[in-house]
Amino acid sequence: MANLSKSDIEHVAKLAKLSLTSGQVEKFKSQLSEVVNYVSQLNEVDTSDTQATSQTTGLENVKRDDEIKTGNCLSQEQALSGTGKNHNGYFVVPGILEERTDK
Amino acid sequence: MGLPLTIKETQEGLLQKKFSAVDLVDEYIARIEKNKDLNAFITVSQDIAYKQAKRIDDLVSDLGDETVKKYPLFGITVAYKDLFLTEGIRTTAGSKILETYIPAYSSTVVKKLESAGCLTIGKTNCDAWAHGASGENSDFGPTKNPWNKKYVPGGSSSGSVVSVAANLSLIATGTDTGGSIREPASFCGVFGLKPTYGAVSRYGIVAMASSLDSVGHFARTTEDIEKIFNITKGEDGYDGTVVSNKYKESSIKPRLRIGIPKEYFIEGIDNEIEKSVLAASQVFKKTGVELVDISLPHTKYANSVYYIVQPAEVSSNLGRYDGIRYGYERSAFGDEAKRRIMLGTYVLSAGYYDAYYLKAMKVRSKIIEDFETAFDKVDAIITPVSPTAAFKLGEKSSDPLKMYLADIFTVSANLAGIPGLAIPFGFNKTGLPLGFQLVGQRFSEPTLFALGKLFQKALDYKPVIAYV
Repeated sequence: MANLSKSDIEHVAKLAKLSLTSGQVEKFKSQLSEVVNYVSQLNEVDTSDTQATSQTTGLENVKRDDEIKTGNCLSQEQALSGTGKNHNGYFVVPGILEERTDK
Repeated sequence: MGLPLTIKETQEGLLQKKFSAVDLVDEYIARIEKNKDLNAFITVSQDIAYKQAKRIDDLVSDLGDETVKKYPLFGITVAYKDLFLTEGIRTTAGSKILETYIPAYSSTVVKKLESAGCLTIGKTNCDAWAHGASGENSDFGPTKNPWNKKYVPGGSSSGSVVSVAANLSLIATGTDTGGSIREPASFCGVFGLKPTYGAVSRYGIVAMASSLDSVGHFARTTEDIEKIFNITKGEDGYDGTVVSNKYKESSIKPRLRIGIPKEYFIEGIDNEIEKSVLAASQVFKKTGVELVDISLPHTKYANSVYYIVQPAEVSSNLGRYDGIRYGYERSAFGDEAKRRIMLGTYVLSAGYYDAYYLKAMKVRSKIIEDFETAFDKVDAIITPVSPTAAFKLGEKSSDPLKMYLADIFTVSANLAGIPGLAIPFGFNKTGLPLGFQLVGQRFSEPTLFALGKLFQKALDYKPVIAYV
């Protein structure tokens, strides 16, 4: 039985940039444990000589000419049309650096 | 006015001036309004539909019978699952995160259908991010089954299927990552096509699980399913998985063979479903199709593979929703999206990747091998679509694993990248639709269409809609 712990849930939520309430942590802990236990049935299958499949097309390295198709480019105005937070034609993002206070 | 039920009836009516395209839009808009309680639409785009309808009426006046040559789907109203980007029309993916998102461009499928003369009637409700088998995970409320409003219509393409079943649109689009077209089609008594992976461009459609997503549609006959597919398929230069040249020689064998896989008739399957699928195979037999017993031994592992691979890819695709360029912040994700993001992140995280994700990718190969072996012997395989007919609203919504089990018969086709056609066939004792699916090898849609037409002919099939 692969039971996920509270810290597993918190760790995974942090990796996925999700914030959870304590009620959600408890709920997801039991629900995800149940699903993980269910999918663990795959251990029954012998795959020692089996290659993994990541996609089914059989295509490799699909390429195109390195040309700009202007008809398919968004204008700056269009690209910014989905956000209310822009500044001088740029997206405004949350700060990740803080101003130094030691100088 | 009596609305036409097929593409042919619609176009003949327009050419014979029985009604105009504007009349059609009037009638569909009135029906959408009258059936608001079904909650099939998130956004109705009547202004655009009227504008397109006026243009079609002008074209029909100018070109007459020639209209169809340039505009093969002229006058056909289409309802788009709200995962398809539509320039200037709000596109939500059924999630509050995108509640106010208005795309700056349209998806390839939307562009192709519009160029073919379709009228955009609106955007349909769906489980948020296409996560669900009932429609109940939509942040805009559940859609109701038009045959009985106490029941779910299936999901995730819930509003699209209802728009066709209740005649709120002539056709509708959907996406199928693990059954999201075929299961609702079967729950609502309409035809639904999940094309071969790589047949139809995914460009401009909100991504769920990129190695599984396929883009298809709903209609009321095989002929209509085929006509739409002939427009939507093919390369657009924006989706590297799409190949165009696979359908050039579509020679259908004179005597087709259908396989019946024993692993799909298992304990837990509803008795009426089993009987209905076996009765459908007898209909094929009477038309001269040979029935062959086959085995797909890894079937019972498909759902486990799916519930590793799919959330893994979901967690990656939903990583882009950061609330910076468009949409709201990640706190606006609903519970089901959070569950899948976390499940996917877990199976991909350090220490678990080999045990879950890599293992699932290997068993996926086994499932594909099963199909390859089977298709040496048969041209198509008939199976149930879901273990039960439509279930009641609320019946499974509090238990995610129970809901996931509704997918056990549909996910294999997505894992193998093969096409599946859901065909309606009768009703159960409760009065809910029954049906089955035919799956075939990659790029074998022409064979599935040939079989669908044979089936309709054998039954003298007439399209039905729910009386709402």
